Amino acid sequence: MKYAYYPGCSLHSTGIEYDMSSQLVAGKLGVELKEIPDWNCCGASAGHTTNHLLGLALPARNLAIAEKEGLDVMAPCASCYNRMKTSEVAVKSSEETKAKVAEVTEMEYEGKVGVKSALEVFVKEAGLDAIKSLAVKNLGGMKIAAYYGCLLVRPVGIGFDDPENPMTMDDMVTALGGEAVDWPFKTECCGASLPTAREMVGLKLVYDILTMAQSAGAEAIVTACPLCFMNLDMRQNDLNKKVDNANFQLPVFYFTELMAIAFGEKPAKTGVRKHFVDTSSVLAKYNLK
Amino acid sequence: MQPINLTSALAAGKDFVEKVRKASGVDVKACYQCGKCSAGCPVAFAMDYTPRQVMRLLQLGLTEEALKSHSIWLCAQCETCSARCPRQLEPAKVMEALRIEAKKAGFETEDEIATFNEKFLRSVASNGRVFEAGLVIGFNLATVRPFKDAGVAPSMLVNGKLKLLPHKIKGRDAVRRMFEKAEKMEGEHK
Repeated sequence: MKYAYYPGCSLHSTGIEYDMSSQLVAGKLGVELKEIPDWNCCGASAGHTTNHLLGLALPARNLAIAEKEGLDVMAPCASCYNRMKTSEVAVKSSEETKAKVAEVTEMEYEGKVGVKSALEVFVKEAGLDAIKSLAVKNLGGMKIAAYYGCLLVRPVGIGFDDPENPMTMDDMVTALGGEAVDWPFKTECCGASLPTAREMVGLKLVYDILTMAQSAGAEAIVTACPLCFMNLDMRQNDLNKKVDNANFQLPVFYFTELMAIAFGEKPAKTGVRKHFVDTSSVLAKYNLK
Repeated sequence: MQPINLTSALAAGKDFVEKVRKASGVDVKACYQCGKCSAGCPVAFAMDYTPRQVMRLLQLGLTEEALKSHSIWLCAQCETCSARCPRQLEPAKVMEALRIEAKKAGFETEDEIATFNEKFLRSVASNGRVFEAGLVIGFNLATVRPFKDAGVAPSMLVNGKLKLLPHKIKGRDAVRRMFEKAEKMEGEHK
């Protein structure tokens, strides 16, 4: 398997662990990743809510570059994935949109290649059997809440998993010997940029997700999006300071970090030491250090 | 609250409903007001009008009320409403279209969110990618709270999560032209 790799802005900064662990997992699974040369930002929500056409064109430039190389794109970030998928579908389904997008990007994108999320490539395509056969460590029954966030399983009708009760990450946790807890906030929104732009509105969403994961008995959360990760990991400290009786210490992992650790990589190499919330206690408890 | 003449509002709002349909692909008239969108909306608690009420405002021709609502800015574009609408109407796309129109009309009822988005896009337009440190610093200065989240900066720098200088892509001029063209074309197709 070979993919054009679209790290997106976060994986080169706040989400650096997701980049590190994705590369490790790709290596183990034999997935070849070739970074899209000179890629640009997908525009995220700011792009398409400011100018609809711009929101389609920014991802289309990256898709056009990948198409020249004849490769489908793998985008680990849920927001990048969602924006690229939206652009891909819009171009495929309307000649008028395709022409407009081409005029803006000054590049031809025919819709011959598309985008997949890292979860889709590393779990769905690689398969649970391959994952099991590569695992040299067992998660030992660690109770984990699989948190998909909102955009990874949307837009509805074109995604790779159920938009209300996705199971791809749960299945991965189970395959690696963990216990995927049953909980109702798998696809609740983390607020995206709201904890930055409108703090108390955004923090409530993060608070609710963390509280729900805890009451479901989770010892850790596993996610597949750098913005979800940042909100859930970095904002625990803010919540503990600002909300009465809040005392969160819930480790958050990228699914690729847990995979890489189970595949025998040293935890430090996967990026888990870079988190805000300590991960060493829960990893030590299950002999994963 | 002032009494509203719905008969005249309905007539006056007709063109705008059509404009929203063209921009978003959503015919708000088909909404039967079940409220599923609002029940699942994670930000509804902070909105002045719930997503269902925004749809109703448009149905009634109360265009300005919709454009001046805080809801269209608070919407996080998570698409939960769109995923659950039994009429497949995609309220998230309506929110997108309304925000774009509100910006054109000069109604930015949520300064901080509008400023954040502007700074975000300015960063993309000049570098080709988002420069996160510059974005947060610029945003904090513009919203006069220079030290928000400053406490996390040292550990992020140590962990390689924060770059001090932007990465400028080679194609940044092409990206800047995309901004200019998209703005011009969307203006023309109003």
